[in-house]
Amino acid sequence: MLESYILNALFAGICVAMIGGGLGCFVVWKKMAYFGDSLSHSSLLGIALGIALGINTTIGTFLVCSVFAAFLVYLQNKKIFSNDTLLGILAHSSLSIGIVSISLLNKRVNLDSYLFGDILTVTTEEVAWFFIATLLVMAALYLIWNKLVLMTIDENIAKSERINTNVVQTVFLTLLIIFVATCVKIVGILLITSMLIIPAATAKQISSSPLQMGVSSSIIGIISIILGLYSSVLFDTPTGPTIIVMLVILFIIIFPLSKLKNT
Amino acid sequence: MLIKAENISVIRGKKDILKNINLEIDNDDFITIIGPNGAGKSMLLKCLMGFFKPDKGKIVRSPELKVSYAPQDFVPEKSIPISAYDFIKLNKKVSELEIKKISIEFNIEALLNKQISHLSGGELQKVLIVRSLVENPNLLILDEPTQNLDVSGQLSFYKFLNDIFNERKLSILMVSHDLHMVMSSTKKVICLSSHICCSGEPLAITQDPEFISLFGQDFAEMMSVYKHDLDHKHEGHSHA
Repeated sequence: MLESYILNALFAGICVAMIGGGLGCFVVWKKMAYFGDSLSHSSLLGIALGIALGINTTIGTFLVCSVFAAFLVYLQNKKIFSNDTLLGILAHSSLSIGIVSISLLNKRVNLDSYLFGDILTVTTEEVAWFFIATLLVMAALYLIWNKLVLMTIDENIAKSERINTNVVQTVFLTLLIIFVATCVKIVGILLITSMLIIPAATAKQISSSPLQMGVSSSIIGIISIILGLYSSVLFDTPTGPTIIVMLVILFIIIFPLSKLKNT
Repeated sequence: MLIKAENISVIRGKKDILKNINLEIDNDDFITIIGPNGAGKSMLLKCLMGFFKPDKGKIVRSPELKVSYAPQDFVPEKSIPISAYDFIKLNKKVSELEIKKISIEFNIEALLNKQISHLSGGELQKVLIVRSLVENPNLLILDEPTQNLDVSGQLSFYKFLNDIFNERKLSILMVSHDLHMVMSSTKKVICLSSHICCSGEPLAITQDPEFISLFGQDFAEMMSVYKHDLDHKHEGHSHA
């Protein structure tokens, strides 16, 4: 019989994999891997804020990531530094400010659990929240899917077809932020990017349409969540990293298939 | 009248990107905009399509106007897996049958199942143009459509564009440097360098002093020779 904490972990993980699959495709297509990484770094500051104010850390993370993203987009438009440099500055400064703030708060906080995730401590109430967040994100992503794909292929074509690209882009960033805020608990800050990038990159090898890539990416995410959880219990290894190891193994197994497909 | 620019100016910083542009596009027009780099050609197209609001002047659009646009430098991201068919259908209200029909009409049905990242530059341009035709626009706006094509690709593209212009009742507004190739089909050339230096019939343009001062005597003469050449070819055909 499965313990309830395992079931919670499984269910929460599947939610994360489902959102991450679709969003991750856009992160890969738009070459936003570093952006996703920086966003997850800034989430530590959000956790600090949550603890300091005594509010839910997921909400704290959501707030800080939103401010971070808005600030970043503002600076990008200023074009003083390259995107790369900006992300480097903001990602590591917010991570450091986050860690310093947490230590100043003088509360016992297990940093490891935020850095590497602690999926086994997810409560049933949190699972319910993940489920609602997943439904909302999936619905929103479904609504903007075609527009966002067209924008990703060519922004000017999208504009010429009367798509409000600013609105669609903002919705996409918000969904990404929701993903990061929920995902921090599951796989941890350092591994969020892999949850976005690796399933999508794996799915790319075997897909011939954007939707197919989104769906395969979610399925690959779910498989590695299941395998990762099982192995981490079996071998008593940290769950977050174990899930990522499973993702990498799937990536390596599927990689040769793309060669077959192109010939 | 489909669309009209009334005395529009675009100012960025202290620089006039566009200055007092007046332009009207009617049904069955084929207008080519030429001009040096940084002349504001792309900006003019973007103002006409409503991406930017001009700082001065206004754009008047006819209620019947249906614009379709093919951008400059279209190189789709390789990591997006999408077939030509799915790309044509993306965000368009169009049936499978219509896509089949138009693909046969423009001879791209063999490309439909290919991934767009696997298409050659010329094939990609054709797919892009066919995609822009599916909802029956009455104005096609093209920004340097042959930039990534070699000479034979350019020739076949302009032949393709000519067929579209002749078979579909639509107007074309195009930014292009290949004036020698569009001489025979374009009806009007606008020479842009922030302001409209000169405009008119292709042959007349090449003799305009403003055109000559902008592009140099050699280029202007080469253009005239081309036009001359094309005329001869044309006569040859009609005698045969």
